[in-house]
Amino acid sequence: MSDGPAIDVRGLTKIFSGRTVVDNVDLKIPEGQICGFLGPNGSGKTTTLRLICGLLIPDGGEGEVLGLDLLRDRHRIKEQIGYMTQKFGLFGDLTIRENLEFIARVYGLDRRGERVDAALERLGLETRSDQLAGKLSGGWKQRLALAACVLHEPRILLLDEPTAGVDPQARREFWDQIHQLAREGMTVLVSTHYMDEAERCHEIAYIAYGVMLVRGTADEVVAQSGLHALSGEGKGADRLAAEIEGLPGVEMAVPFGTTLHVCGTDPDKLRAAVEPWKERFRWREAEPTLEDVFIHMMRNAHDNSVIERP
Amino acid sequence: MYERIKAMIFKEMHQVSRDRGTLAMMFLMPVIQLLIFGYAINNDPRHLPLAVEANDNSAFTRTIVSALRNTTYFEVEEIVRSPGQGERLIEEGKVQFVVTIPPDFSRDLVRGQRPQLLVTADATDPSATGNAISAIGEAVNSGLRHDLIGPLGQGPPQSAPVDIVIHRNYNPEGITAYNIVPGVLAIILSMSMVLVTSLAVTREVEQGTMENLLATPLRPFEVMVGKIVPYFIIGIVQMFVALAAAALLFHVPFTGPILLMVLSTLIFIAVSLALGFTISTMADNQLQAMYVSVFYMIPSILLSGFAFPFRGMPLWAQWLAEILPMTHFLRLVRGIMLKGWNLSLALPEMGVLLLMLLVLTVVAVRRYQDTIA
Repeated sequence: MSDGPAIDVRGLTKIFSGRTVVDNVDLKIPEGQICGFLGPNGSGKTTTLRLICGLLIPDGGEGEVLGLDLLRDRHRIKEQIGYMTQKFGLFGDLTIRENLEFIARVYGLDRRGERVDAALERLGLETRSDQLAGKLSGGWKQRLALAACVLHEPRILLLDEPTAGVDPQARREFWDQIHQLAREGMTVLVSTHYMDEAERCHEIAYIAYGVMLVRGTADEVVAQSGLHALSGEGKGADRLAAEIEGLPGVEMAVPFGTTLHVCGTDPDKLRAAVEPWKERFRWREAEPTLEDVFIHMMRNAHDNSVIERP
Repeated sequence: MYERIKAMIFKEMHQVSRDRGTLAMMFLMPVIQLLIFGYAINNDPRHLPLAVEANDNSAFTRTIVSALRNTTYFEVEEIVRSPGQGERLIEEGKVQFVVTIPPDFSRDLVRGQRPQLLVTADATDPSATGNAISAIGEAVNSGLRHDLIGPLGQGPPQSAPVDIVIHRNYNPEGITAYNIVPGVLAIILSMSMVLVTSLAVTREVEQGTMENLLATPLRPFEVMVGKIVPYFIIGIVQMFVALAAAALLFHVPFTGPILLMVLSTLIFIAVSLALGFTISTMADNQLQAMYVSVFYMIPSILLSGFAFPFRGMPLWAQWLAEILPMTHFLRLVRGIMLKGWNLSLALPEMGVLLLMLLVLTVVAVRRYQDTIA
C-alpha cells in the first residue's frame, strides 16, 4: 500500500496515575524488518506495544501504523496487526482447532476451514487438533499462539516476550519462523530479555524507565556505547569479580567459568585496575557484549531518573 | 505446626485486606441488608388495601368501614357504588380485598334476617390474606351488634347479625404451590442468568484472555451480545422446563395467554443478563462479581413479594422493591398465570422491565471498553 515505514510513531507518551510509563518514545520500523525491543522489567515495553496495537490510547504523541493514523484509525489498525500477549491468551477450555476457528471468524476470514487446516499442518498439530489448548506444554502453547496471531496474515506482528520459559530448540525454531515471516514482508516488533535473540534482530531498540536510550544494529549499539572490555584467564580468575568490581575504572566484572570479563568506559583506567593481577592471569582485549552494554545503559538511565525526580 | 498455621492465617488476612471492594461488601452489605430486612419484612401484613362496593346506600356502610379500619388489617381505599367495580379493582391489583354490600342489606339486617356480606380476596398469595380474612367476620359483626341495640336489636343476641361469605379469588383452595411455583421460576431464572453473566467479563480479565480479545477487531457491543446469546438460550430452556413442571406436576392453572407469559419471561431473562453483564464490567475480580450477584439475589427473594407479602412491607421498602426486576416479573407471572391478565393489563409491568433493560444495556456498553486499564 504505502512505501513508508510500517510503524512510525513520534513522541509516544503514556501516563498511569501520575507516573510516566512511556516517555516521548520515537520508533520507526521499515517494512519487513525485525526490531528487537529490549529493556529491564517494567521499562514500558509492554505498554509501548499496547499503544501501537490500539489497546491503549496514548496521552501524547502521534504516528502512523501502516499509513493509518494511530489515534483515529485504531480499529482498522487492529485488523492488520497480530499481537501475541506475554501470557497465553487463547482459551484453555477450547480445543486447538476451536481456538483457531474462533480467531478466523473474529477476523472475518474466508476459506476458514482451509486456513485452519493449513495452520495446523504447519504447526504439526493435525493429529492433536482436538486436544484442549490448556493441556499443551509451554513450547506448544507458544507455537499455537503464534499460529493464531498470523492466521489473518497481518502485516505487522507484535510479540511480547514470546519465548519466555521456552526450551532452546523451540526458541530456535520460533526464530526461524519469525525470519521466514519477515522475508515474506511481515514487520516484526519483538520484546525480549535474551541477548542471543536480540542479535538475531535486524535492529535493536533499548528502552529503560519509559525512555528510548539507543537504536541500531547490534554492532552499532555496541560501538556506540563507548565500552571497553578485558578478559582475564587462569585458575581462580573468576573468584576476583567482587574484588575488582569496586576499583576505579571498572564498571562491571563478570565471571564466566574460569575467565573474568571486566569492562569500563576508559581503556587506560581499566588496564590500570587489573595491573596487580597481571602476573597471575593472562589478560587480553575483548569485545563488550550486548549484555554489558545494556547493563551499563540501565545503570546510567537509573541514575539520571533519580536525579531528574526531586 | 502452630507456626505454619499462623503463617497461613496471616497470608490469608493480608490477601483479604488487599481486596478493598470485597472487604467493604463483606462488612457493609450484611449491615445494610440486616437493617432493610429487619424493618421491612412482616409476616402478618396490616393496612392492606380494601374497597367497599356499597350497593345499598345506608348508614351501616359507615359502621362496616370503621369496623374494618379498627382491625388495622385494612386500609379502606375506595368506596364504589356500581356493581362489578370492586371486582375490577382486584383484577388490576389495586386492592387486595373487596367487601360487597348487597342491595337489600340494611332492610334484611334490621329484620334480623342475617343478610350476606360478600368478602372477595385476591388469594394469589394465600399467606398474605389468611390473618386478615379471619379478622373480618368478628370485626364486622361486633361493630354491627353495637348499632343494633334498642328497637333494632330483634334477633337472638348471641348470633352474628350478618353472614360473612368469603371468596378467595384466583386460588380458591389457597394452594401454596400456585404462588410458589411461578415465583420459583423467577428465582431460578435470575439466579442462573445474573450469576453466570456477572462472571463473564471478569473471568476473561483474570485468565488473561481479555487482552487477546481486545487486540482483535471485536467491538464491545459484539462481545456483549456474543457472551449473552448462549445464556439467553439456556434461559429459554429453563423457562420451558419450569412452565412444564408448573402445569404438569403442580397443576398451576394457566388462565392467561401462554404467549404473553413466554414474552414476559423472555424480557425478564434479557434484563437479568444485562444486569449480570453490567455487574461484570464493574467488578474487579470474580469474587466481587459473585458477591454482588448474591447480594442482588437476597432482596430479590425477600422483598419482591415472593417469600413475604409485598403489602406487608412499609412504604419505603415497597419503593425499594420497585427497583428490583423480580418484583415486576413476579406480578406479571402471577397476573398472567393466576389472574388471567391480557396484554393491556400486563403492559405497565412489561414496560418497566423494558425500561430497565434499556438502562442496563446502555450502562454495560459504556462501562465495557475496548482498551485495557
